[in-house]
Amino acid sequence: MSQVKHSAAKPPFESIVERHGVTVLRVCRAALGPHDADDAWSETFLSALRAYPDLPADANVEAWLVRIAHRKAIDLYRAAGRRALPAGNGADLDDVRSGQSAGSRDGTAPGPFDAQGDLWQAIVALPERQRLAVAYHHLAGLPYAEVAAEIGGTPEAVRRAAADGMKKLRKVML
Amino acid sequence: MKSTLNHGPARDDREPSPIEQEMLRQLRERLEHEAGAAELIDVAFRTVDSPVGRLLVATTERGLVRVAFESEGHDAVLDVLSARISPRILRSGGSSHGSAPGTLRRRLDETARELDAYFAGRLQAFDVPLDFSLSSGFRQAVQRELTGIGYGRTMTYREMAELVGNPKAVRAVGTACATNPLPVVVPCHRVLRTDGSLGGYLGGFAAKAALLDLERGAAPLPVPGSRGDG
Repeated sequence: MSQVKHSAAKPPFESIVERHGVTVLRVCRAALGPHDADDAWSETFLSALRAYPDLPADANVEAWLVRIAHRKAIDLYRAAGRRALPAGNGADLDDVRSGQSAGSRDGTAPGPFDAQGDLWQAIVALPERQRLAVAYHHLAGLPYAEVAAEIGGTPEAVRRAAADGMKKLRKVML
Repeated sequence: MKSTLNHGPARDDREPSPIEQEMLRQLRERLEHEAGAAELIDVAFRTVDSPVGRLLVATTERGLVRVAFESEGHDAVLDVLSARISPRILRSGGSSHGSAPGTLRRRLDETARELDAYFAGRLQAFDVPLDFSLSSGFRQAVQRELTGIGYGRTMTYREMAELVGNPKAVRAVGTACATNPLPVVVPCHRVLRTDGSLGGYLGGFAAKAALLDLERGAAPLPVPGSRGDG
């Protein structure tokens, strides 16, 4: 970013969307599966835009966005009458395989997702804690301690869940 | 530090895939619409191609707040808008499909239309509402006065100083012109040195000369490259 006279200045929100939009999208897709990822992304950035002027200038923006996305994901799941974030059960996986993705609903994108569709299916199929640990640590880059603060448990337990999740993903992908 | 889930061809794990890019394009369109409806956007901007280079145009609820030449550095200009007005800044798409465009987008559409018409020689006076909140005091008084210099007319810095009732403030008038937040639309290019030479210009000497030539009735200026940024 270029030098500005005002040292406390925050970058324009546009550059936040530009820089972190894809990470938040991946987190939403991994946390929620394809159904509600677009709603979660929209609600995350809308809520972030609302709060942005009060965010401390030295805050970790990506961690902040992932925290918001995580809460939006929980809200969307509760609103849908489900008790927890989607566990890796057959129904979710079948939905993904049949291409019921946000993009394909309005006919603008091929389903399920893209060339990496297999990877997304495998992530959605992971048990909840493994899936969230993989999403927030490996996709969003949050340290284990911050992931633990979000989803509960100790940082060490999160590390193990992420490692177990990655092991399963490697098995699927190789 | 960060591990990637990619087992395919090596690729920056932050780089969106083509499908992700398309999803993000739609999501950003939706964000602009929903944020606009919730009145969460304080400044909307886009870039417009012109014969004097790509122009950044930014608007608030009150009116057009900034026009910036490429040479000013559009990122730096947006940083200043973030610090001086509000960090709630979003890019506004150039075309609206489906949903009705919000106030800010409509205003940018109108600004882009007027700039196109001006550079094509079809428009002599801009009609979009202006927001002078980036300047204050004497500078703002001079900048408001600039809007009274008609198309194709010119004035000297000294005459402008007299017009604002401070004939000795020739240098301050020069500063007011040099810090005009709304070049082209607020015609600081119509103010010249007393000896008839052009004087300085935010967008560079060539841009000032081009605008004056256009207004002298020379042929409309050609727009280099393609139109708009979509």
